[in-house]
Formats: sequence, structure tokens, C-alpha cells
Amino acid sequence: MSLRHPLAKAINHGAAGDGVGHWWAQRLSALFLIGLTAWLVWALIANAGQSHAEIVVWLSQPFHAAMAGLFAVVALYHSRLGLQTIIEDYVHHRAAEVGLQVGVMVITVVAMAFAVLAVIQIALGAAS
Amino acid sequence: MNPSQRPLSPHLQVYRPQWTSVLSILHRITGVVLSLGTLAVVWALVALAQGEAAWQQFTAVLDTGLGTLVASAFLLALFYHLLNGIRHLVWDTGRGLDLPSAFASGWAVVVGAIVLTAVVLGVVL
Repeated sequence: MSLRHPLAKAINHGAAGDGVGHWWAQRLSALFLIGLTAWLVWALIANAGQSHAEIVVWLSQPFHAAMAGLFAVVALYHSRLGLQTIIEDYVHHRAAEVGLQVGVMVITVVAMAFAVLAVIQIALGAAS
Repeated sequence: MNPSQRPLSPHLQVYRPQWTSVLSILHRITGVVLSLGTLAVVWALVALAQGEAAWQQFTAVLDTGLGTLVASAFLLALFYHLLNGIRHLVWDTGRGLDLPSAFASGWAVVVGAIVLTAVVLGVVL
């Protein structure tokens, strides 16, 4: 008879492994995205029908530049977490699953880099 | 293809669709749609940074009939996923899980998403 607690035996041997961390990351990013989406709608309404120069001036204000960068990064992160779960649920061919997961991760990181650099360029007044 | 013999997630097509299950799968579908929509937002930011010519290319696509339709669909998906996401966050606290509440909040999400989309489109277009 083992004196080890059943929970101690079960930990790290479940099918999900690190599922709780994923769950929290998805919920926390969702919470932040409520506010960031409100900002995106504000940005759409404030800049409707504006010229390129006017939009760049609006977006180069520190608050709006920060919100634009945060929206892109947090939305891409949240997307990656969701797509990861969907791929895990529906793609049962191991090679296809790994390929898709890596592909999604690469696109996510590349898009984050482009978004952040674009926002920095706009914020510093370097957008032509 | 050589699919593994591990258990599968429930197949959608063997269940009779219910209001709650339809809204549940819609949350996933709008999530996938919004993943592409977020890439369009990144495209917009990069085009803004690149200058007037790149921005005009972006707005030219947006101003075609198909571009406007796709952008409007993104907006509807955004508001649906936002409101239904809040519904999910409330469920995560253990509230609103009984059937009457789940059906009512589902209707609120659908009507709310359509109204918000109509309001924003009315202001923007």
C-alpha cells in the first residue's frame, strides 16, 4: 500500500498537463480585450472618412499609439490560444497538427512584430 | 493520411442543433474569422506606417462591394465574440448556468451584436 496522496500521483499525469495555465491566459487576455475592443471601435468611429495624414496624426498620440499596439499584440495572443485549442480538438493527424500549430505560432509572432514596428513608426512621426 | 485511433471530440453533425449549442460553435467560428480580421488590422497599421500610397491600396480594397461586405462581417463577428465572450466569463464565475438564463443571455448576445454592428456601420459608412 502506498502512502502517497492520490492527488500527488495524478498531478502531471493527466491528458491536459498544463491546461490551467492556458485557461487563465485565455480568460485574462479576454478581459483585457473587452477594453481594447472598445478602443478599436472608438478608433473606427473617430477616423471614419479621415485622410491618411489625419489618421496618422490621431494615431501618433501616445495613448492611441499604446492602445493600437496593445490591441494588436493581445488580440494576436488570444487568437493563437484559441486556434491552438481548435487545432488540438479537430486535427487528429499528428504531423498535420504539429505543422498547423507551428504555422499559427509563426504567423502570430511575425504579425506581432509588424504591428509593433508599424505603431512605433507612426508614434515617432516617421510614417510618410 | 493516417489518423490516430485516439478518441475524437464529439462530432457536431450527430447532435440535433439547439440554440445553446449553435451559439457555442458560433463562438469558435467567429474566433477563427477574427483571427483573420486581426491580420487585416495589422495590415491597416503597416499600410498607415508605410505612407499614403499603401494606405490608399488598403482603402481601395475596403471600398469595393466585397471588401465592405467582408469588413461588415468582421464587425458582426467581433461584436458577437465580444458579447458572447463576456457571457462565457460570467459563466466562469459559476453564474447564469441554468437553462432559462443561458437561453436568455444567448438572445441578448445575438440581438446586442446585431444592434451594435448596425450602429457602428451607420456611423462609419
